[in-house]
Amino acid sequence: MEFFIISMLNGLSYGLLLFMLSSGLTLIFSMMGVLNFAHASFYMLGAYIGYTIASLLGFWPALLIAPLVVAVLGALFERHFLRKVYKFGQVPELLITFGLTFVILELVQLIWGRIALEFRPPELLQGPAFTLINHSLKGLSLLWGAAPAELCSSADAAVRVVCSPFPATRAFMMLVALVMLVSVWLLLIRTRIGLVIQAALTHPETVEALGHNVPAVFMLVFGAGAGLAGLAGVIGGSTFLTEPSMAAAVGPVIFVVVVVGGMGSLSGAFLASVLIGLIQTFAVAFDYSLGTLAAQLGLQLGTPALNNSFVKLTLSQVAPLLPYLFLVLILIFRPKGLLGTRED
Amino acid sequence: MNSYYEFKPINVGRWLIWSLFALLLGVVPWLFNSSFSITILSQMGIAIIACLSYNMLLGQGGMLSFGHAVYTGLGAYLAIHALNSITDGSLPIPVSAVPLTGGLAGMFFAILFGYVTTRKAGTTFAMITLGLGELVFAMSLMIPEFFGGEGGVSGNRVTGAPFLGITYGPPIQVYYLTAVYTFLAVAAMFAFTRTPLGRMLNAVRDNPERVEFVGYNTQRIRYTAFVIAGFFAGISGGLGALNFEIVTAEVVGAARSGVYLLFTFLGGATFFFGPIIGAVLMVLAFVLFSELTKAWLLYLGLIFLFMVMYAPGGVASLIMMNLRLAMYGFLRRLWVSYLALGLTALVVLVGAGAMIEMVYHLQLSASLGSELKFFWVTLNAKGLNSWFGSAFVMLTGLGLFEVCRRQFVLDWSEIQENIEKEIKRREAL
Amino acid sequence: MSAPSLPQARFALELKDLRKSFGKTEIIRGISLAVPKGERVGIIGPNGAGKSTLFNLISGRFEPSSGEVLLDGQRLNGKKPFEINRLGLSRSFQVTNIFPKLSVFENLRCGVLWSLGYKYTFFRFLADLKDANERTDELMEMVRLDKKRDILAMNLTYAEQRALEIGITIAGGAGVILLDEPTAGMSKSETGRFIKLIKDVTVGKTLLTVEHDMGVVFGLADKIAVVVYGELLAYDTPEAVRANAQVQEAYLGSAVAELQSEGH
Repeated sequence: MEFFIISMLNGLSYGLLLFMLSSGLTLIFSMMGVLNFAHASFYMLGAYIGYTIASLLGFWPALLIAPLVVAVLGALFERHFLRKVYKFGQVPELLITFGLTFVILELVQLIWGRIALEFRPPELLQGPAFTLINHSLKGLSLLWGAAPAELCSSADAAVRVVCSPFPATRAFMMLVALVMLVSVWLLLIRTRIGLVIQAALTHPETVEALGHNVPAVFMLVFGAGAGLAGLAGVIGGSTFLTEPSMAAAVGPVIFVVVVVGGMGSLSGAFLASVLIGLIQTFAVAFDYSLGTLAAQLGLQLGTPALNNSFVKLTLSQVAPLLPYLFLVLILIFRPKGLLGTRED
Repeated sequence: MNSYYEFKPINVGRWLIWSLFALLLGVVPWLFNSSFSITILSQMGIAIIACLSYNMLLGQGGMLSFGHAVYTGLGAYLAIHALNSITDGSLPIPVSAVPLTGGLAGMFFAILFGYVTTRKAGTTFAMITLGLGELVFAMSLMIPEFFGGEGGVSGNRVTGAPFLGITYGPPIQVYYLTAVYTFLAVAAMFAFTRTPLGRMLNAVRDNPERVEFVGYNTQRIRYTAFVIAGFFAGISGGLGALNFEIVTAEVVGAARSGVYLLFTFLGGATFFFGPIIGAVLMVLAFVLFSELTKAWLLYLGLIFLFMVMYAPGGVASLIMMNLRLAMYGFLRRLWVSYLALGLTALVVLVGAGAMIEMVYHLQLSASLGSELKFFWVTLNAKGLNSWFGSAFVMLTGLGLFEVCRRQFVLDWSEIQENIEKEIKRREAL
Repeated sequence: MSAPSLPQARFALELKDLRKSFGKTEIIRGISLAVPKGERVGIIGPNGAGKSTLFNLISGRFEPSSGEVLLDGQRLNGKKPFEINRLGLSRSFQVTNIFPKLSVFENLRCGVLWSLGYKYTFFRFLADLKDANERTDELMEMVRLDKKRDILAMNLTYAEQRALEIGITIAGGAGVILLDEPTAGMSKSETGRFIKLIKDVTVGKTLLTVEHDMGVVFGLADKIAVVVYGELLAYDTPEAVRANAQVQEAYLGSAVAELQSEGH
């Protein structure tokens, strides 16, 4: 039972991280029609810059400053590079952000090296946020913080106690993601600048004719999207690993999220992120394969079949595949995406 | 870019060009006859087929794929399995036909995956190909029977009965087989551009909606072209399997797909011969450039960025633009400008290159001390002098470059105007 | 195909209580129209009346919310644009919709290929397709672009592009032609020449054309259909429409309102 709850929370937190990333991507795509291939690279930049700032000033300043730095870098890229290719069409836009991933990857490896860095979360976030204690006699109970050793073991051999901690970093990740989601939503719906951005989405020339500086708006949006990715990077880098391959590890998944959710739909991205986060987390925990399934069903399989690697494949081994499988299925049965509105 | 110039040679010219191409393919291993060079030439042939097949999608069809390696890679896998089947006697076909099995595999998987892939266009298409590529790559580690696990699948091309004394042991024999396939594939893909389907594919690239209104099913056009491209991609993979005698999972990976994209675009997606240039550059970059400097991927990324911004038609478009200048007699005027631009750019690159090399040296070879050789100069990566010097060189170069560039832009626009006037004049005749 | 006792469809194009809503807004509200073969119909109406939407419904770009579209007696509802085109209906666009990176000749040839049965073939060279190339040459002369054979479409002047647009539309030899504001954006003199072009190229075909220029419409059309707010107000000869009081009130009334809002 506690396994289910912890896995659920883990999946949710991973999904929310995916959402932090895919929301920035969706915003940039909705506002500017540009699919930012380098979005995961901004995530990586956030982690590395956050690491450096954290080692100088501490984690909390890093959490604030690193995303801003990434946002500025993103805005500068938009102003000096991306802007030049708008006139060429959608393909060159995608290509230039693709080229950027190369350059960022090489620069990161150049400046910080090729080995993984230890980006430690702050004192406050080390250790569990809470611990679920499953006592075979007393049932399920929750303890804030870490559970002391005595509570996790029992002198009595007949009593079984299992302690499942839920890391504070993960909890923090969920908190930041939710705060970010709410603030972005409020910003878009309630403020004047949000209104301008929404209008510039569909009618950039009109908005410009009304006196708003649309190129500046684009620069702002792109920078903001990059900054959000950078924020996710600080959190992700301190929770997971900070290494050069982190961009490639999460990049394709967020594109899947965006397509599955429906291009340009924030709520779709939210739904898809959470779904994929949950599916992957749960899948990794299961060691069931077709073989074990057959055994459970009482089917007798011959030895060659049992030894076939396809049959032996466990769900946990297949886990990295699942988002892409999901993508293919969605494209067959519901090409618009889960909540998509625009036909590409 | 204003207009794309289409070079239309007269028929004699066409025969001449193809004969020259065939001659070149035949003669070049005599010019570069070390074993190493010959393998490079084979790799170029393989890359040419791969990039041309990729450009069928990108340049001719407007379909940006991030997963083309799936088809070259799966073609390679099937080919190596076919090779092993020849070895153990269960497949009685000549080794020369192995690339064709690769082609059939590529075609088969393109039929299988293509239906779902070509349902959408534009950015969504790109994302689908990315996802499928990751899917296949992830599967490659899960089904060792087909993918051979971590070590990949090996084969031996010196197998089966020798065909007219050809065993494919020596690299030169592999080269000539590759050359024959390359010539036939290039000719076939060029012929494709001259067929109704080829032309309608271009129409789909230009205006997919209008195509529907002249009676064509746009998706069907894309799907058919996708399958044909998959066939040629598979042939390329099959040749690669023969050449290296081993196929590992990276042949279906995202990195490989990215490389196809990068170099096809660099060579020029808007002209038929652009990807040929790109393929040659690809092999040179991987084999030679990577030996010259550890920073080569960074340079490549930067070159790509600048190409997208300033020359989206690639090297081929640069050549054609200058050819057009030459045809109208204006090339001589730009001679000096080009020289000036080239020299100042070189200065900038030297300065920037020195700094980049020093940083790389500190990162990767610090144990060797802080001195490194940069061309004929010894730099001290920890010395202020070297840094100041490089920065000074780069900035001076930048300043001079900017001056030359402005003058160049003025000259260029003036010349373009003159050419336009000349075209109108000739039209009126 | 079917028993000889079935009557031939009398109308080239028939609309039966056609409706289209986008969300809660009903744009086309029950239009019924029957156009006999060979008739030239001018469709007029104030901006936003739904004329382009009507064309989009007929040509398959949108699907009707209810009602029927019949081409030569055959139901078109839900068919894709290419299916409708293959049945013999072709349309042009208000915003020029050509193939910018192909030459004039190639543009027209693309319009011709399917109708001559070449489909998705990749075994034959375009240069060898005599009938396609001859028909394309014919078309180029008809739309007066024969001197611009190899010019890329994106390098033509606006009027030339509009002519090319029409050329692509008639290339396939469709029997029913829909022209959406063919003279949009042209000067008076260009318009005059263009009307002659349209008359010449649509001889014997059933033509529906949306127009704003009253002079053009009254000179070109056999019948006029007046569409206001998604409804068909009148479908009659030009003289009758001119005299129709309802039309005068609805259309000229709103035409006057338009003029007033422009500050005349």
